[in-house]
Amino acid sequence: MEFNAPAGRNLFDASKVVGKSTPRIDGPLKTTGQAPYAYERHDVVANQAYGYIVGSAIAKGRISAMDAEAARAAPGVIAVILATETKPVGKGMSNYAPLFGGSDIAHYHQAIACVVAETFEQARSAAALIRTSYDRSAGRFDFPKLAPEAPLAKDEEGKPDRQTVGDFDSAFAAAEVKIDATYTTPDESHAMMEPHATIAAWDGDKLTLWTSNQMINWGKESMGKILGMDPKNIRLDSPYIGGGFGGKLFIRADAVVAALAAKQAKRPVKIALQRPLMANNTTHRHATIQRLRIGAGRDGRITALAHENWSGNINGKEGENGTLQTPVLYAGANRLIANYIATLDLPEGNAMRAPGEAVGHLALEVAMDELAEKLGMDPIELRIRNEPKSTVPGKPEKRFSDRNLVRCLREGSTRFGWDRRKAKPGSVRDGQWLVGMGVAAGYRAAPANKSAARVRLDGNGGVIVETDMTDIGTGSYTIIAQTAAETLGVPLEKVKVTLGDSDHPAAAGSGGQWGAASSTAGVYAACVTLRQKIGQTLGFDGDKAEFAGGKIKANGKSFDLAEAGKLSVDGGIEFGKFKDDYDVGTYAAHFAEVAVNAYTGEARIRRMLAVCDAGRILNPLSARSQVIGAMVMAAGAAMMEELVVDTRFGFFVNHDLAGYEVPVHADIPAQDVVFLDTLDPIISPLKAKGVGELGICGVGAAIANAMYNATGVRVREYPITLDKYFERMPMLT
Amino acid sequence: MRSFSYERAQTPEQAAATVAGKPGAKFLAGGTNLLDLMKLEIESPTHLVDVQDLDLDRIEETDDGGVRIGALVSNTALAAHRKIRTDYGVLTRAIVAGASGQLRNKATTAGNLLQRTRCPYFYDSNMACNKRKPGSGCAAIAGFSRQLGVIGTSDSCIATYPGDMAVALRVLDATIETVTPDGAKRSIAIADFHRLPGSSPERDNVLEHGELITHVTLPKPIEGRHFYYKIRDRASYAFALVSAAGIIAPNGATRVAFGGVAPKPWRVEAAEEAISKDRKAATAQIFSGARPTEENAFKISLADRALAAVIAEARS
Ligand SMILES: Cc1cc2nc3c(=O)[nH]c(=O)nc-3n(C[C@H](O)[C@H](O)[C@H](O)COP(=O)(O)OP(=O)(O)OC[C@H]3O[C@@H](n4cnc5c(N)ncnc54)[C@H](O)[C@@H]3O)c2cc1C
Ligand code: SF4
Repeated sequence: MEFNAPAGRNLFDASKVVGKSTPRIDGPLKTTGQAPYAYERHDVVANQAYGYIVGSAIAKGRISAMDAEAARAAPGVIAVILATETKPVGKGMSNYAPLFGGSDIAHYHQAIACVVAETFEQARSAAALIRTSYDRSAGRFDFPKLAPEAPLAKDEEGKPDRQTVGDFDSAFAAAEVKIDATYTTPDESHAMMEPHATIAAWDGDKLTLWTSNQMINWGKESMGKILGMDPKNIRLDSPYIGGGFGGKLFIRADAVVAALAAKQAKRPVKIALQRPLMANNTTHRHATIQRLRIGAGRDGRITALAHENWSGNINGKEGENGTLQTPVLYAGANRLIANYIATLDLPEGNAMRAPGEAVGHLALEVAMDELAEKLGMDPIELRIRNEPKSTVPGKPEKRFSDRNLVRCLREGSTRFGWDRRKAKPGSVRDGQWLVGMGVAAGYRAAPANKSAARVRLDGNGGVIVETDMTDIGTGSYTIIAQTAAETLGVPLEKVKVTLGDSDHPAAAGSGGQWGAASSTAGVYAACVTLRQKIGQTLGFDGDKAEFAGGKIKANGKSFDLAEAGKLSVDGGIEFGKFKDDYDVGTYAAHFAEVAVNAYTGEARIRRMLAVCDAGRILNPLSARSQVIGAMVMAAGAAMMEELVVDTRFGFFVNHDLAGYEVPVHADIPAQDVVFLDTLDPIISPLKAKGVGELGICGVGAAIANAMYNATGVRVREYPITLDKYFERMPMLT
Repeated sequence: MRSFSYERAQTPEQAAATVAGKPGAKFLAGGTNLLDLMKLEIESPTHLVDVQDLDLDRIEETDDGGVRIGALVSNTALAAHRKIRTDYGVLTRAIVAGASGQLRNKATTAGNLLQRTRCPYFYDSNMACNKRKPGSGCAAIAGFSRQLGVIGTSDSCIATYPGDMAVALRVLDATIETVTPDGAKRSIAIADFHRLPGSSPERDNVLEHGELITHVTLPKPIEGRHFYYKIRDRASYAFALVSAAGIIAPNGATRVAFGGVAPKPWRVEAAEEAISKDRKAATAQIFSGARPTEENAFKISLADRALAAVIAEARS
């Protein structure tokens, strides 16, 4: 099915299943331990051996020698593979350094060896016996030092990533009120619960990987490139994923090394990356430096807006582009966006939940707060005043598909009790605590990508959906079941969903908050095809028949779905060109109240609210979970999370969950999430957009703004830990 | 983790003698610290003597009105004990500010005192660390030192003793009772228990190899307002940037020990008289001779402000 015109009225407008809060259908399996994650798939293949990866002790240079004699002789050891004895593997999608092989070291904890043994303990203890010597070379590890010299990044067309509208310099020079501020955000770790893990097994020249991966189809293609084999001979299976946040979008060392090790050991091999290896071996969110210059008239109307962003990556590859929301969020006739990228020898930076926007809002939305203060204007009013008209600023040909940011702000203002906020910082005191409120807007693009599924009838009134779509804890199983139930008119319990298997039709996968919108549209399309096929079988027009309650009404007759027997169709959705005329986005207003101890600077969030505009909410229950989870992650980014770079040795020092602190329950108070009842006919037939990344865009800035409102001390270096401000706070006595 | 042998001791004397007789042997209590370190090969004992069967899991009142805590009493049991809660509030507060419920169920009183540092370079065996590998150097001093010590440190090591419970014990003037390998009993004042690193940071405390902790005793309770204020980067489940354990007597006399700042709970009795009159001067004295790094210098004024906060709270 091609989606080539805005959706009109359709069955989802009268939906009975879609749009209802529905507990996740995979929930009971998960809470009873029956949903096996990659490393736990003990029954998929016999004779599994354990692999244990060794990471490089240096960040840049060459391995001069490796001695694995003792490891090979250690008890239980089946095989040892060494990078120096292996030709570098090819690069898959978004692999910026080879994942294994050769003597060159591109980053710390790069995989350099793997021991395969009968037990995990034997593999681990033998791995410690491998002796490696290195020739260390100097590396580029100090991003803040290197950033000023960094060249412009290349945009999607390979052109320097610098966009202008009007004449920023003159407008900024002439502006009545100005802000010029620089913000920094650190490297961050996905820190998902389930580590990267894979069981690999060969059957002749066919390879199966039971793994934990967000993008099955990409993974299959990439694995073909990495190992130099036909992707047709590769199967990935990833039905349950214990979190990814972008860290599992691409093939990583666990899968590659498991495949190589299984070949050498002539046995299935299972590998989970040990936690201390994850931060440096895999990917992370890159640090940024962002300069914001905003000029406005005394009336608060923005006349000049510049957002420049610096980040760095290995081999000068793609960085973290904090400017992404800036062309869209506010009006203003004169604009400048520029994105610079430094070349570093740190581990590979790559996508993490809302890449770009998550950190971009931490700069833009604090700059807006600073501007509001300078103008003496309420920060909500300032944002409303700069709401663009119906098209993207500077791009009259690009219309907003459906944009309700102002409604989000107004609704949030009322619900949060914004009128109780004191504009003057430091004016609310509760015992030893200074209390403040903050607001921020949020924007995250809402892409939708080609997505396919197979839908089958089991002949007994049951429906089976099969697709390589993944559920990374987001609730894909449930919304897919809801979509099929709605389209085929069966109760939810009648739908079985199988995900994550590359033998099934390729879906859009989970990333970029496109998963929900794309995969449900794909399942809808396949169900429509199935309805037609049912019609052909039973002798009616499937498009005109009414499917409800497990029955079909057509031609004045009533059929049981079971009467159609066993049927199977493959179908899917593709998105037409008409969408290029639109900016399809999701919007939010985020609010936070934070208390800061006047003596010690300890900060505690007291309340949070997100008001979201994301089209039809397919399952309010799991959508809410997505948003509250994203709010927690944003609180971490604002207040504590940082991969600390040791610029002497070129690595992230705090590479475990004791050193890399993410929020715990005690950090997170009551959270409230409100979804506006909007519908976006441009996104897909379901008129539903994703929320998983919207939820992280703007929250951190709302927290930072609340901290400023509480204390009167502005910190522009994230995370805002107490050592950065407590000495500047007035101590109460 | 390297392979090791394992046995369960029946008496304290036997446990001490067994460990003393084997250079690579160690005691195992709750295992929440030792086993983690063994998995990373930071510790690699060849033999473990498990002390969990020893008859050391009681809390008893002593003749002079204090309490005697068995070495195996769990952190949870100790914190929840009625007398500890009512008469030694600083201790309960310190314990529950540490780790998590599950860990405290497993962690023992002796093991807690002996937990090793949380310096990140100590945990990464690719890095130089005098505490882990004597003579290899210290990667932390010119590196990421934000969490590390500001006072009592040396050119060999700037790590902290990371625990909470011991900071409260320091304020309470606790005594550590041991059995030495030859079966003799020894009492060590908490003030003398943890070592400053000097040029041998590999030794965290004054115990000799094979010396077993049997009890921790507390003198009779000290009247006043007990506090434990732990400041960290998140609200729970993190080690202290700075903690302050103390008691403010009804007449305002204050005693305080700081955690997170030094290789041992840091208390300077001589400075305490001044606290109620000129707090700033007192904390300056407590931290005189400090040698912070650029990254952790904030801990000194944070410690002062933590104390200011609890004093203000007590007065309000
Ligand atoms: C994730 C995590 C977070 C934590 N957070 C905190 C925190 O916030 N605050 C805090 O204070 N602590 C914290 N801890 C540390 C925890 O308190 C200690 O691990 C625990 O107290 C150790 O007790 P154990 O009985 O398990 O010791 P074990 O691991 O069994 O032993 C520790 C050491 O003591 C020795 N030993 C044990 N018993 C004796 C004895 N009777 N005589 C002589 N030597 C003995 C052992 O040989 C070993 O060297 C945390 C630990 C973890 C894993
Ligand atoms: S501070 Fe101490 S524990 Fe840390 S690296 Fe240096 S010697 Fe090791």
